[in-house]
Amino acid sequence: MLGAIWSVLNPIVFLAVFTFVVKILGNETPHYAVFLLSGLLAWNLFSVALGNGTRSVIDNGNLVKKVSFPREVLPLAVVGVALFDFLLQSCVLLIFMVVTGYGFHLEALILYPLSFVTLVVFTTALVFWVSAVNVRYRDVQHLIGLALLVWFWMTPIVYPGGLVQDKLTAPTAPFTPHLWTVYLLNPLTPIISGFQRALYYTVTAPPTLGTPHPVRVLPDVSIAWLAGVIGLVLAGSLVLLYLAWRLFFRLSGDFAEEL
Amino acid sequence: MSAAIEVDAISKKFRLYREKPSSLKQRLLSGHLRAEDFWALREVSFAVESGTSTGLIGHNGSGKTTLLKCIAGILRPTEGTIRYGGRVAALLELGAGFHPELTGRENVYLNAAFLGLSRKQTDAVYDDIVGFAEIEDFMDNQVKFFSSGMLVRLGFAVAVHVEPDILLIDEVLAVGDESFQKRCLDKIRSFQADGRTIVLVTHALDTVVAVCDRAVMLEHGVVHMQGTPMDVVAELRHRLLRDDPDFVAEEGTREVEIRDVTILPGGEPGQRLHPGEDLVIEVDLLAHEPVPDVDAAFAVVSAHTNEVVLVGRTSDMGSTLGPIEGSRRMRFRVPATDWVGGKYFVSVGLEAPGGSPYHIQTQRYSFEVVEAERLPVPLVVDARFELEDP
Repeated sequence: MLGAIWSVLNPIVFLAVFTFVVKILGNETPHYAVFLLSGLLAWNLFSVALGNGTRSVIDNGNLVKKVSFPREVLPLAVVGVALFDFLLQSCVLLIFMVVTGYGFHLEALILYPLSFVTLVVFTTALVFWVSAVNVRYRDVQHLIGLALLVWFWMTPIVYPGGLVQDKLTAPTAPFTPHLWTVYLLNPLTPIISGFQRALYYTVTAPPTLGTPHPVRVLPDVSIAWLAGVIGLVLAGSLVLLYLAWRLFFRLSGDFAEEL
Repeated sequence: MSAAIEVDAISKKFRLYREKPSSLKQRLLSGHLRAEDFWALREVSFAVESGTSTGLIGHNGSGKTTLLKCIAGILRPTEGTIRYGGRVAALLELGAGFHPELTGRENVYLNAAFLGLSRKQTDAVYDDIVGFAEIEDFMDNQVKFFSSGMLVRLGFAVAVHVEPDILLIDEVLAVGDESFQKRCLDKIRSFQADGRTIVLVTHALDTVVAVCDRAVMLEHGVVHMQGTPMDVVAELRHRLLRDDPDFVAEEGTREVEIRDVTILPGGEPGQRLHPGEDLVIEVDLLAHEPVPDVDAAFAVVSAHTNEVVLVGRTSDMGSTLGPIEGSRRMRFRVPATDWVGGKYFVSVGLEAPGGSPYHIQTQRYSFEVVEAERLPVPLVVDARFELEDP
């Protein structure tokens, strides 16, 4: 029970801090809470699973060395725990959206299951890979910590992806529009954008009294195009999962010796 | 009978690194890796028949624990395969499989899950497990506060109550008090009576003889010998003795040399001594130079207990051999006695009376005593009685 409270507390605190910071810096994104949480919850699933998954085998070294059991349980359990947290946190977001009367857009909701499945497959693949490699090279976990930090800011979670698109595809931008293509190569960008499009929906917010000009929020791409890109990421993730699974099985025979 | 475990030519290679890089950084900075291959097991093959108990014995570092870990599925053999005829439960080390932060109760469920039991199935045997381990009062404490005896009791209790077809035990029963050890042995026997299979790794050789149907001896990662526990234990005891730094196989000045020794059970050539037969030890000796007198001696050592059971010396028998020149043959004749069945080693020595040894050969020769059939008739003994006023 206490665990559930912690799991829900994390996004709430995160939301409070970011709302505060963004208020000071000036924020034009309407309904920032829904925007932030729709992407952040997906990111939390990914980063918590990857962070804990890296250490999943070595943290359970005393079991691995002395008990025979399917080793894949360890990384899978970490993904399972992260999924459970995600479920709880999503319930909070859902309640928040219903209570505040934020509307749902059925035509975009199709992106939700697609993004979710892709995220889970991609995350599981990486967790298998790093948990196996970290047994031999223990500094992989530090590397993952650093990578997650960079990755977080390279993905449109706290800032609107639409703004990035505008900047990078502007006629005056260097190498236009190739930097935008490079930005999209981050597999989490389409996945997170998928979650945001499904829940937050707004690409460009119309002018309001407070902000007399339209506000760009999400990347200006069609739902079909976004679904296509996520589908590509899913296909790539499935291949990655297969390779990571095989690597894990090859290395898992030596876990008991390496630990 | 079918095989419960079939170990087919398995080998296990460990890579020993001079300096093993434990991080990517080191791995990238150190170019060439110097590693040596160490084969902990080589082409090990044996089968354990369903319903029998096998003891794995050997020196320290002979590979028995590696082999058991391979059978348990913890280590993956580099080559070869192992086939199973049932569900395996392993009891490898003190507190193995216990999570220190979880309570005793939670650990019982965790361990039972490792052994393939569902929550419901564990509920059914939970009380039996706790009863057997005798730690009812502590089940809600974290396992990290348990004593080693409590850990072993709980581990053993879980392993035997999940009713595996095959139970692997590694040297854990040595912990725990005598009454618990006795209950473990009782449990093992009832396990055997149920037709389950046991593989036991231990240094307690008497346990192997008492419990097992077969024994496999490993040496330097290969199967050195397999057979009846009595024979294999005898061989290991002999080996252990030979490896003892104080053990001297042969010594003496060799002025008079032992050329050959023949053990003649019942006076006939052979290896097996039957009840009621005399034991004859025939010694061919050669004096390189004439010597005035020789005192000859023999000792018989039980391979099972490694204790001297019989000694004889010509000077104690009334006379010595007298002056010896060239080659001679002498015989000790040991009358029939109450032998305990099993293997025996024979040591033979020649020395100058009250002087230095000419030649001593320690435990070089052996014979086997065939156990007498126990007759179901009460023995009438030559007892006496006394009657007196209180």
